[in-house]
Amino acid sequence: MSVTELEFQAHSVEAAPAEAIQGRSQWQLTWRRLRHDKMAIASIVVILIVALLAILAPVFASLLGHGPYQAFTSKGLSVDGLPVAPGVNGFPLGTDYVGRDLLVRILYGARISLFVGISTTAMATVLGVAVGLVAGYFGGWIDTVLARFIDAVLAFPIIVLALALAAIYGSSLLIVIAVITFFSWAGISRIVRGQTLSIKEKEYIEAARSLGAGPWRIMFIDILPNLLGPVLVLATLYIPTAIVFEATLSFLGIGIPAPTPSWGIILSEAQQFYQTSWWYVVFPAAALLITTLAFNLLGDGVRDAMDPRTERLFAGSTKRRKRKAAAPAGPDATPPAAAAAGMGG
Amino acid sequence: MSETLPRDAAAGAVPDPEFEDDVLVRVDNLVKYFPIKAGGLISRTVGHVQAVDGVSLKVGRGQTIGLVGETGCGKSTLARCIAGLLPATSGTVTFEGKNITNLSRRAMRPYRREIQMIFQDPYGSLNPRRRVGAIIGDPFTIHRTATGNERKRAVQELMERVGLNPEHYNRFPAEFSGGQRQRIGVARALALRPKLIIADEPVSALDVSIQAQVLNLLSDLQDDFGLSYLFIAHDLSVVKHVSDAVLVMYLGRVAEQGPGDLVYATPRHPYSVALLSAAPAADPDSAAARQRVILTGDVPSPINPPSGCRFHPRCPKAQELCSQQEPALESKAGDPQEHRTACHFPVETGENLATAGGRSPR
Amino acid sequence: MTLLEVKDLAVSFPTADGVVKAVRGVSFSVDAGRTLGIVGESGSGKTVLTQTLLGLTPGGDISGQAIFDGANLLTMTEDQMRNIRGAQIAVIFQDPLTSLHPLYKVGWQIEEMIRAHDRKVSRKEATERAIDLLNKVGIPQASQRVNDYPHQFSGGMRQRAMIAMALSLSPKLIIADEPTTALDATVQAQILDLLLRLQHEFDTALIMITHDLGVVADIADEVMVMYAGRAVEKASKHDIFYQPHHPYTKGLLESIPNSSAVTDRLKPISGQPPSLIRLPSGCAFHPRCTYVMDRCLDEVPELVAVGSAGAHRSACFLPVSAIGLGGDTEELRKKAVSEDRHAASAEVAEKIAAAPESEGSAIA
Repeated sequence: MSVTELEFQAHSVEAAPAEAIQGRSQWQLTWRRLRHDKMAIASIVVILIVALLAILAPVFASLLGHGPYQAFTSKGLSVDGLPVAPGVNGFPLGTDYVGRDLLVRILYGARISLFVGISTTAMATVLGVAVGLVAGYFGGWIDTVLARFIDAVLAFPIIVLALALAAIYGSSLLIVIAVITFFSWAGISRIVRGQTLSIKEKEYIEAARSLGAGPWRIMFIDILPNLLGPVLVLATLYIPTAIVFEATLSFLGIGIPAPTPSWGIILSEAQQFYQTSWWYVVFPAAALLITTLAFNLLGDGVRDAMDPRTERLFAGSTKRRKRKAAAPAGPDATPPAAAAAGMGG
Repeated sequence: MSETLPRDAAAGAVPDPEFEDDVLVRVDNLVKYFPIKAGGLISRTVGHVQAVDGVSLKVGRGQTIGLVGETGCGKSTLARCIAGLLPATSGTVTFEGKNITNLSRRAMRPYRREIQMIFQDPYGSLNPRRRVGAIIGDPFTIHRTATGNERKRAVQELMERVGLNPEHYNRFPAEFSGGQRQRIGVARALALRPKLIIADEPVSALDVSIQAQVLNLLSDLQDDFGLSYLFIAHDLSVVKHVSDAVLVMYLGRVAEQGPGDLVYATPRHPYSVALLSAAPAADPDSAAARQRVILTGDVPSPINPPSGCRFHPRCPKAQELCSQQEPALESKAGDPQEHRTACHFPVETGENLATAGGRSPR
Repeated sequence: MTLLEVKDLAVSFPTADGVVKAVRGVSFSVDAGRTLGIVGESGSGKTVLTQTLLGLTPGGDISGQAIFDGANLLTMTEDQMRNIRGAQIAVIFQDPLTSLHPLYKVGWQIEEMIRAHDRKVSRKEATERAIDLLNKVGIPQASQRVNDYPHQFSGGMRQRAMIAMALSLSPKLIIADEPTTALDATVQAQILDLLLRLQHEFDTALIMITHDLGVVADIADEVMVMYAGRAVEKASKHDIFYQPHHPYTKGLLESIPNSSAVTDRLKPISGQPPSLIRLPSGCAFHPRCTYVMDRCLDEVPELVAVGSAGAHRSACFLPVSAIGLGGDTEELRKKAVSEDRHAASAEVAEKIAAAPESEGSAIA
């Protein structure tokens, strides 16, 4: 047998070529695409900086010598009893109405915002996915009941409930977290339900049934992995909503109780002083804006990284955009039918 | 065993002397209607999609039965009813003598090991977020027949058997070609050594040169594992190649059935004739010489099927009787018992139905 | 009269994983009133080829020429292309459901096409022409159906509507990209029949792209077989089916039932189509070829004339007289291959004899 015949036989084994494009999981692909997205990377950096600043808040406090609750009535307030401007008397961002260091309070406020934003979103996601999955998969009366319940929650006047709760129990961090979680899970649940409904019709779910798989196995082993993509995007976009929600509640006085420094509370206090002390409004508002914007842009970036067909305003380099438009299916691209069916396919 | 039928019993199954002893699966007058709902808060049923309207068939051990038909003929629905994925409206499915129609999920479980399915879409039938080893290993996990390393070994053996590289155990479906994914589907179906595999258009979505690979694989496996196949296709030439017996379906009913070579050599039903003449042959001379029966119109909807013989609006031989009375499925024109046709005016041997003559060579 | 002349068309796309060489130097021509069948499987480049002719592949690196009616399609501006699309060259796509706009009536879409190219045509005239066209393509009750939406048509009728749209401006060339793949066999027969009749009536040239050799056997005059972005064989229909030269063409015929290569058992082509990023060296088909010789791994075969007549060309190193499916042609092929292998082994043997202490082997 000659050499070439042996070689030929070796090729006959049905195998993906050895030098094939390295196999990648969905997450690796997403991360790769995300890495190239300038906007998304910028957002991640901003978020990390905010987190870092929040963690290091006590360090800043001790460096400056101003605690978050320390009211400097003499050096922190002007002769008229108004907050001092940024840079005056060693207050980098000025002071608030009782002479507390604004920078320090904003940094401590970041802790609240991030903590509330992330924890409520996490809990709401778990709850929302569970309910949405069950409702979508089982259908029938289970779905009807759950779906109506979700609709009811979504239709609820949130602020009214928060007000009522605050009136009865007084405002506290726990109540804030409970309220925000309660109203966030429903939105997630509805989307998860919709995704589940469409994934349920796919052939691989039918295949699982034909193998004898039971409903719970199908939900958690077959459907759930396909939901994680959209859910991740959703969660990333819910975080800023939760942050703003908390700020709103605190602003209205029914959230975190004073004197705990929440950005909402600071803004609430600043209402009286915006004409004289612009820094009192601008800096906490800017902090809120930057943080929520960063999360929003990150969420957009993650969504695009998962499904590269969507066009975007700031899509990175034009070269990359052209490649996106022209590239036919490579070995790691989602096949047309699957991609058309959405991220779960 | 058979329940009351919505149609006259004359069109029912006639025992086949050939298959009686070694019958694996028996379907008797299977009917599947899908209700069409309308209305707001409380939906009412306003009509039915008559997807399958009384089909009987038998699959013997080690046999391949081909089910041919175009869109809307109900072959996929029929397959899913047999596999227990859809509940039948009426009729029975029997496996090795036991009635498995509309069993509960728990009761059906042991039969799931005996009856497996291969699906049409190599991209849709595998979960894109799971690794191939896990997908093929699913049957073992679900039925708890092998765990851990034992399962991995079994899966790799299966991969090798279907022509895949066992080292690709941890890859995702997206990293395989269409033909390879179908092999993954075959490996998954084989895992628990089923007796019957229902193949729903297993090669339609594949490239031509890969189709033959998968068909040959299925054929080899049949010999090695003693499998029976219910092979569904819309491409007659493919079915001819693999089947022992063929059923031609039209709009939920069987138009003609019988041993493959008989149906191809002497098709009796005008629809079979049209179907056969429409299948493009990769042979210019035979394509030119072929007598083309071009049907008019499209396949009607199964919601409101035509009266009497469902094919009559498009049939070149239709007469008044055809719109009034449904023809019985029985052997005609001196055909042997196994070759049956549901037609009032079957095509005689040598009769020419051609509406358009052969193409002149250019 | 030659309508379209394509020379050395090459298209590649840069991607994150490397350059995808979708089309690697394809040349062909189409005459008025004739049908060219382009056969290929997925990855053969056939769709990219025709999309490039119509300027529908932005972002690709394109080289070569495509002379249509005196002008090079590949260097035209978008405006010039728009004049050509529809009016001179029309396209029929595979899935009419996605290529017809779902929110506009079918009749309106045809009328828009007519009026977009000739503003002088009045609304009324355009509607009449649309009805006339729908009639011609065999849609019953055309005057009513002209006001229907695409989803109200069945698959076969949608495709007919697409054909009507393609014909609306009496183009010189129609490119049909797998027009019947998504249709049932009986409907496919209707559509092919229709295409042929209309082609005769309008004397249009037709490029039919398909993976289905049966369709080609039915309606093509000339056939071009593509593999991995190149044309591997070009011949008249008769020659392709009865006197194939290239092992891929032969392999295709032997792997499908009902073909001119009558076999009891289907002989599949082993392996699968190659990645267009990491193409095999030399002839792209060599890893799957039964007749592979040493040459095939190193050199890329060019299209050469094979057989007796000049029009039959094949890109293969097998002897030019080795055309056909018969036993003696098979002998010819086997002889060429074994001679080549003997020569290779002899070379290897010489090398070993010349340097007995060299480690390992000259096996490569």
